[in-house]
Formats: sequence, C-alpha cells, structure tokens
Amino acid sequence: MNDILENIKTKGMQKFIALGALILLYAAFSVFGNNFFTVDTLVSIFDASYYIGFLAIGVTFVIITGGIDLSIGTVMMCSAIVGGTLYNNAGLPLWLCLFIIILVGGIFGLANGIMVSRLKLPPFIATLGTMMVASGVGSIVSNVQSTTFPMRSSPDGWYKDIFRTADNFPTGIFVLIAFTVIAVILLNKTVIGRYTFAIGSNKEAARLSGVNVNKWETVVYMISGLFAGLAGIAYAATYTTILPGAGQGFELQAIAGVVVGGTSLSGGVGSVIGTFIGVFIMSVLKIGLPYVDLQPHYQTLITGIVVIGAVLLDIYRSKKEKSVKIKS
Amino acid sequence: MQTPILKMEHITKEFTGVKALKDANLDLYEGEVHALVGENGAGKSTLMKILTGIHQRSGGKIEFMGKELHLKNPKEAQDMGIIIVHQELNMMNHLSVAENIFIGREEKKAGFWLDDAAIKKQSQSLFQKLGISINPSETIGNLTVGKQQMVEIAKAISHNAKIIVFDEPTAALTESEINELFRMISELKKKGVAMIYISHRMDEIQRITDRVTVMRDGEYIGTVNTKDTTKDEIINMMVGRVIYEDPKTESTVKEDAEVVLKAEGITMYPTVKNASFSLRKGEILGFAGLMGAGRTELARAIFGADKKDKGTIYIHGKRVEISSPMDAVANGIGYLSEDRKRFGVAVDLSVAENSVLSSLKKFSHLGFVNSHAVHRISKEYCEKLKTKTPSVHQLVRNLSGGNQQKVVIAKWLIQNSDILIFDEPTRGIDVGAKSEIYTLMNELAQMGKSIIMISSELTEVLRMSDRIIVMCEGRITGELDIKDANQQEIMKLATKREATG
Repeated sequence: MNDILENIKTKGMQKFIALGALILLYAAFSVFGNNFFTVDTLVSIFDASYYIGFLAIGVTFVIITGGIDLSIGTVMMCSAIVGGTLYNNAGLPLWLCLFIIILVGGIFGLANGIMVSRLKLPPFIATLGTMMVASGVGSIVSNVQSTTFPMRSSPDGWYKDIFRTADNFPTGIFVLIAFTVIAVILLNKTVIGRYTFAIGSNKEAARLSGVNVNKWETVVYMISGLFAGLAGIAYAATYTTILPGAGQGFELQAIAGVVVGGTSLSGGVGSVIGTFIGVFIMSVLKIGLPYVDLQPHYQTLITGIVVIGAVLLDIYRSKKEKSVKIKS
Repeated sequence: MQTPILKMEHITKEFTGVKALKDANLDLYEGEVHALVGENGAGKSTLMKILTGIHQRSGGKIEFMGKELHLKNPKEAQDMGIIIVHQELNMMNHLSVAENIFIGREEKKAGFWLDDAAIKKQSQSLFQKLGISINPSETIGNLTVGKQQMVEIAKAISHNAKIIVFDEPTAALTESEINELFRMISELKKKGVAMIYISHRMDEIQRITDRVTVMRDGEYIGTVNTKDTTKDEIINMMVGRVIYEDPKTESTVKEDAEVVLKAEGITMYPTVKNASFSLRKGEILGFAGLMGAGRTELARAIFGADKKDKGTIYIHGKRVEISSPMDAVANGIGYLSEDRKRFGVAVDLSVAENSVLSSLKKFSHLGFVNSHAVHRISKEYCEKLKTKTPSVHQLVRNLSGGNQQKVVIAKWLIQNSDILIFDEPTRGIDVGAKSEIYTLMNELAQMGKSIIMISSELTEVLRMSDRIIVMCEGRITGELDIKDANQQEIMKLATKREATG
C-alpha cells in the first residue's frame, strides 16, 4: 500500500493533476456554457480527440527518448491522401487502402528513424524536413485536388462506423482506448518501452551497456509514424475530405497534449495515460470555448497558456525532486 | 607467479593524425589491484577505452586469458567479462536500480515481454552477495553518488567480470563511501577479479593497490610494486621532473590587514546553515570539508548565483545587497567554478573574448567593442599569467585545463575583482600545471587580492591556506590557523555532525 502511495507521489503526480484539471474543466464548461453538457457536445469532443490522440500517443514514445517528431501532422494527411487516391483512382478495396495508410505512416517514421539514428541528424531538423516532404508528396499524389473518402451512404461507408455509428454512437472512443492500452503495454511491459526510457534517460549509458541504440531509436520513430497513419484513418473517417497541403499545426496540438499529460520534453519521463488525458484537456478546451462565447481563435491563445503552464509545472517538479535528493 | 590474465603490449592509437598512444603496455594478474597513473592526457583513458572496446587500437597486441583479443564494441568486452566503471557514472537516472543493472540483457518472456520480477530478485541476491542494502525498485536518480557507484559495481559483477576498470572512482565519494568501496574491492580481490584502478590520489593508491603502472605522453614509463615505492617516486615517474612545493607553515597575512569581506549568518535551505566568516586582504582562506558539506553552495550564495534565504554580506565594512552575480561582480567578487567547462569559460569563444567577458563594458563604446583594446589587454594578461596559447584568438576549447583556468583568472583580474573565489582550482588539472596555479594564487595574494579557496584535497588546503574553515553538513564546524592545522584536525571537524541531527 505504501508502495503504491509512494509511486503516485513520485511518478504519477502530474497525471493526477492533469486528470483533476480535465474533470474541473469539463465541469466548469458544463456549469457556465450554454448547452455544453449534452451527448452531442461530448461526441464532438471525442471526434476532435481521435486523430490528435493517435498522433499524441505515437509521439509520446519519441518524446520520451528525448527526441521530437514534427512530421506527424503532414504525414497523417499524406498517408490518408495516398490511401484515398488509391481507393478512388486505382480501385483497390477499402480495407487494403486503410492498411496502406498505416503503412505509409510507418515508412515516413522509418525514414525519420534512419535520419536521426544512423545519419545523426538532430530530430528537430530531420522531422521538420519530413514534415515538408510529406506535405509535398501529398500534393503531388493528389494532384493538388482534395481527396474524398466514401460517404456514409455508399457501400464502402462501413469504415465510418469504426469511429461513429449512424445513430451517433462514439465507437471511436473504444478504438482510442484500445490503442492507448496497447501503447501502455508496449511502453511498460516490453523491451521496446524499456529501451525507450533508457535512451531518453541516458543514451550514451544505454549504448555502453550494449543496447542497440540505433535500432531502437528507429523503432520508436516508426511507432510514431504508424500512429500517424492510424490518425490518418481517424481523420478520414471523421471529416471525409482531405485537403492537400493541410496537416501542419496538428503536430503541435498533439505535442501540447503530450506535454500537458506530464511527459518531459527532456526525455526519460512520460506516460501514455498522461498523454490520453492531455489530449482530452486540449479537446475540451477546443470544443468548450465557443460555448462560453469565446471565439475559436481564443483557443489558440489559451492553448498556449496551458502548455506553458504544464511545462512550468514540469520544471517545478523536477526541481523539487532534486532538492529532495540533496537532503537524503 | 602465474601467467597474467591480461597482457597489453605496444599499443598505439591514432586519432586523425594525432597520436594519443605511442607505446603503451600493461599486464594484469588475477586478484590484483593495479593502479594506472599519469598526468591528464597521458593516455590512461584511451588505453582503457581500447581495453573495453569503446575504441579500437591502431597497433599492438592484447592477450586476454591466453587468447588474442580483438574487440569491436563495448558489448563484446562485457560479454568477455571486461567492464569499466566510468568516472562520470553512466546511469539511466529515470530507471530503477534493477532496470539499470540488467539493461541490454533483460529477462524476457517470448523475447519481447519483460520479466521485471526476475531481475529484481536477481539484483537482490547480487546485493546480498556483496553485503550492501539497496532497494532494486528504487529509481537510480534518487540514490546518492556512492550508492549509484555500488550499483554500477554490482552491474559489473553480474556480467561475471574478470577485469573491472575503475576510472577515478572516489572523485565524488564521501569518506565512509570510500571505505565501503575499498571493502568491496578487497572482497572482489578474494574472488580473483583483476582490477585496474585509475586515480590521482596517491594515498588511495598506496592503500589498496598491489602494483602501479605509470604512463606519460602516451607511453609506458614503468611498473613498480606499490609497497616498495614512495609517493614521490611515482610522481617523479609521472611528470619526469621533480616537483617541489613547500607546504605553508605560517600565515603570511599581516596582523592588521583589512577585513574585505564579512559574511554573517548566511543560510540557504537545506544546504547552508547560518555560516559566518570573514576574509582579510591578501589572505588565502581555505574551505575544507567533505563532498556535500555545503562549501560550493555557500560560495554560490555569496556570489549571488543562488538565492540565499538569510544572511548579510559586508564588503570593506559596508553592508551590500548581493542577489545576483551581477551585484557580486560590481562589488569586486569573482567566482572560479569547479566545473570550468560549464560555468567558467565559453569554450567556443577565443581567449580574448573570454578574458573580457565580465568587463566588456569597459572596452566598448555605444555598444561597439573596441577590439584593439581587447586584444591588447588579453595579450597583456596572457603574458602576466604565462598562459600557453599560440595567440589570443585561439579558441579556449583547444587549451589545456590549466591554461583554461588562467583565462578565467585573467577575466576576473581584468574586471578588477579583488575577492576571488576558487572552487576546486586544480580539479582536472595535471600535476605540472597544478604547481603553476599554486604559484599564481600566491602571487595574487601578495598583490593584495583576497582568495577563498574551496578544495577537497587536504594536501592542497594545507599547502595554500593562511587560515582554514571547515564545514560539515552546511555548518561551519571550525576555524584553524595554518600553524595549528593538520589532516587529522580537519577531518575531525569535517565529520563533526550535529548530535541532534
């Protein structure tokens, strides 16, 4: 019992603060917003969380290694465009196209991983490059036209049910939870997760301990890419139409969610559940602000303040940890 | 005697044209503790990196347990039982003790799922065997440096180590941790593990090693039996010349010298508690104590680098408010950090740029820097301090530790600081350059500068100080005039813990 309490104190503090903040935020909007506390609003909060959620879960792995992946936003769009174009123009079956969307994301992730681990490019620069490449590839593939996925009424409309049924039941939340659980297990119970933390904590020490750092770093960026592909499917299912050249900015929303959830940008610390909560804080803000008569552009401003607050909290926490250490 | 477990012969190593090792030799027997000594840059670290697979040799022969050895990476070395305990502990701070020990060779189910219960159990039995008590689930970052090192040694042993290399293992340890380490070393010795011990501390070498191999300028100088050799003989082999330094026996400060700095009741929770002292003109005031006694923290509080909670500072009898390094510099205080590379010099700037870093205002007009004046003054101080640099445009990165230290001194002299705080002035500086720094400090004191010197080397404190202040756990536990001071007296004060504490 003591052990559990201690664990909460040292590791889960920010997670609990984040969860508290999420509940408070939702309650506050429910009290002060007009008609905020409805099923429809909840479903739109979910809708806004699926694709950002996948992006954020994937990039959590990268951030724990001390890296960053700025390409996920445009990679998500690019892979959706590739899948959609193959469906519309090449007549491939939809299930295969959805699979290809994930695959394309994985390929971009692999490219990022190779650039960062083998070619020693700084992650910021490598993924910034990939961000632009993916944006360009998307425009080329779609010939600068928008790509439309099948409507709900069409025979292939079944894929929309993965995230929301015809009678507005948010099935997507279960999909997101399922992948969150998978990611939690990956991060905490498998070799991949152990090396993710090890690399973020001290890459050189991991290397000298005989860990194949290059390989695992590549794997981590691939995970981020694969999740960006998943996000592409979620985006297509939710919004049907994909515009070429879009997607920039989503990576920052996702990273904001990760940071708010308590994952440290300096690496070594982080959790997928925190990210899950962080993403929902962002979505509640995004959907909720108009209900209290604040225009959407205030959302950007407030998002910024929330992120800065979260990072301050992180700094304060690690400072406190250090001072405790001196005493012991 | 039996055949050696390890034989390194005529090892050479070149780094893009620079010969780091010219002709290095080393042999090692089972159950032997073998000291490897030499000035910085003598090639000890390079030789050990070759032994442990971090670097590959350019030439020569390594024989390990009768077979020739070609290691391609650290993992291969580990698998053969050759382990290095690094000076800067290479730990993954956010991971637990057990996770650190078994990183890279986790217990796995189906090759993918971690079995953490198993590694915890194995860590536990490992600690039991070594007679140490550490919780395998504890996060490494929460342990003291001494405990972290024990974990690293346990990790080495779990690799079935035949050879363990210790690279300056005691640099950051307290007295009791050092004793614990030595107990473990003799334990390992009985088990037949061969150990290479790199250290600058002669008394430790005499205490625990069987033989000493000396290197100089990348070359093998010789190997001697520790018990047949004196400290001076070893030092002479290291530097190739006789070093002569007299310890101070009497204070050189005049009776009526002015008090330039007076600190009263300086408190900074939780590291400094109610510290008061005064510093006189031309005095070298030594601060002795163990790691973590709060000396650096006190110095940083006085310099304004960290915010103090309580206390007053008087400069030349006048009460001053110092809440930032800027205030301290304005009051003529200069701070020479123990961690030069991080806090002392900007390694990617030139000697000249570093020299005027604090006093740039004096050399600029309307925001434009008068590079002519900068050049002149930095050259003048290079000559005064005998800084060895091809020109003042040389990047500080390319200077040796001793010369970097001189650049920092120049910086404060140009700023006209008359109170200089030296925090571990000779850490990471080789024996030859050390005595030059000592001479320089004495000259500065004669010029009327006042010096606070924090040092963990008792011999250094006894050699340099006019007066010695000893700290323990954040308190000043005693003050000794140099003529009454000796190692025993200082150690007694340095371990004078509070009875109620």
